[in-house]
Amino acid sequence: MDFNVEAIRKDFPILKREVNGKPLIYLDNAATSQTPQQVIDVIVDYYSNYNANIHRGVHALSQEATDAYENARRKIQKHFNAQHPYEIIFTSGTTHSINVVANGFASLLKEGDEVIVSALEHHSNIVPWQMLCEKTGASLKVIPMSLEGELVLSEYDALLNETTKLVFVNHISNALGTINPIKTIIEKAHSVGAAVLVDGAQACPHLKPNVQELDVDFYVCSAHKICGPTGIGMLYGKQEWLKKLPPYQGGGEMISEVTFEKTTYADLPHKFEAGTPNVCGGIAFGAAIDYMNTIGFDAIANYENELLEYATSELLKIEGIKIYGTSKNKTSVISFNIGNIHPYDLGTLLDKMGVAVRTGQHCAQPIMDFYQIPGTVRASFMFYNTKEEIDLFIVALKKSIMMLS
Amino acid sequence: MTIAEVQNEIIDEFSMFDDWEERYQYMIDLGKTLPLIDEQYKTDDHIIKGCQSKVWVHADMKDDKVNFTADSDAIITKGIIAILIRAFSGQHPNDIIKADTDFIDKIGLKEHLSPTRANGLVSMIKQLKMYAIAYQTQLK
Repeated sequence: MDFNVEAIRKDFPILKREVNGKPLIYLDNAATSQTPQQVIDVIVDYYSNYNANIHRGVHALSQEATDAYENARRKIQKHFNAQHPYEIIFTSGTTHSINVVANGFASLLKEGDEVIVSALEHHSNIVPWQMLCEKTGASLKVIPMSLEGELVLSEYDALLNETTKLVFVNHISNALGTINPIKTIIEKAHSVGAAVLVDGAQACPHLKPNVQELDVDFYVCSAHKICGPTGIGMLYGKQEWLKKLPPYQGGGEMISEVTFEKTTYADLPHKFEAGTPNVCGGIAFGAAIDYMNTIGFDAIANYENELLEYATSELLKIEGIKIYGTSKNKTSVISFNIGNIHPYDLGTLLDKMGVAVRTGQHCAQPIMDFYQIPGTVRASFMFYNTKEEIDLFIVALKKSIMMLS
Repeated sequence: MTIAEVQNEIIDEFSMFDDWEERYQYMIDLGKTLPLIDEQYKTDDHIIKGCQSKVWVHADMKDDKVNFTADSDAIITKGIIAILIRAFSGQHPNDIIKADTDFIDKIGLKEHLSPTRANGLVSMIKQLKMYAIAYQTQLK
């Protein structure tokens, strides 16, 4: 299919709206992506036609909802090339997925064990491991980053040893857009017998991870970053790991037999899906994956690269700009500051002109501390953004700079 | 002037502007008139929590009137705190405690009152009132 951005934009009703009397220019895609009509229709159809609790009812609606939900799981399995559908666990999102794994490892770690995280992590990828280490007596080690925003792999080599049990790294940094060399990171971790969890929240909108080829032990993401709804995400885990980890929550659906003496846990994936799940969310997640695949990830990557190069070269013409995260391997995210102007000031004025960007620390305070800055302005692009929007963003930015100097 | 009178004066000034640009430009200019906090008080104890930018506030009392000084590392935030301080400074603590802050809405800065805004205007108002409460107890 030819990539036609004008046709694609018609799929997204929200892109037609105005903000503060100006056409919306949405450049906060790394925080959440917008939802196409195709996914909205699936949500409306679910609640209009077959809303039911799943896996329990014998009636038609329950059967239809169960089929659609399990069909979505298989779509996701196929998309990520997992070996089995039951290796895909539905969660409320990336943070929940990470917590399921962290909680599970609490019973596997002991004092003296080591957990490695990267310096490029989102808060949600640091806090659960700190809690885990406090609970188990394991210690937390950090792979440092370079000025370009890349992980220093020689330091990673030095950290790895036979006490390393877990390595946690994001596939792509949310604050800087750096694509981390996760295949190498995984291979090295496996050579000392450590498991690897990859946070794919920022990667899944831009590329198609192949979990078997990566040989990753756990891979997690959220649907709302890939044109799906909020409140749903997934945890991929290798079968043998998911069997090893204890369940995260007790409740309905995760049990097989209950007596007052003992409860037998259900098989995968239900062991980790206690209670009534986000049925509609799961089905819409599947629809979002379909939508993205219809456009095609190669086309998406090509076009977004074009946007990134164009925006970068236009931004670099502005006096006093500093872009953070200058790796050659990065996605369409630009984190920057202009001179000493506070990112908050720029974000506020940009919003008045209809331009949505993120400002602040991007839940990545350690990265901001590393650069010794209060935060950045982050513009992040998706395949539905255009060069015309980038031009308008630059005009708005120049106007903001003028007002603030 | 009473707090209400100062607030009305500010409303009048802002009513001269037709669009957001002029309003924001004026707010930025007001930030430049902010009575700056003494460097010795620019410590973590004086930072107002809940703001994406840093805001330091200090207060002292002379002749039963509270005087505020402040600073921020962001220009717009500096304008916002300058407006608040202009309304509250030189007033009796009890009047500050009782003062309403609807004028923020009337000068077209309503969006800054939303709890989702990162500038923490609500936290700023709370902090100024906390100072007033503290000084009010000294008067009793």
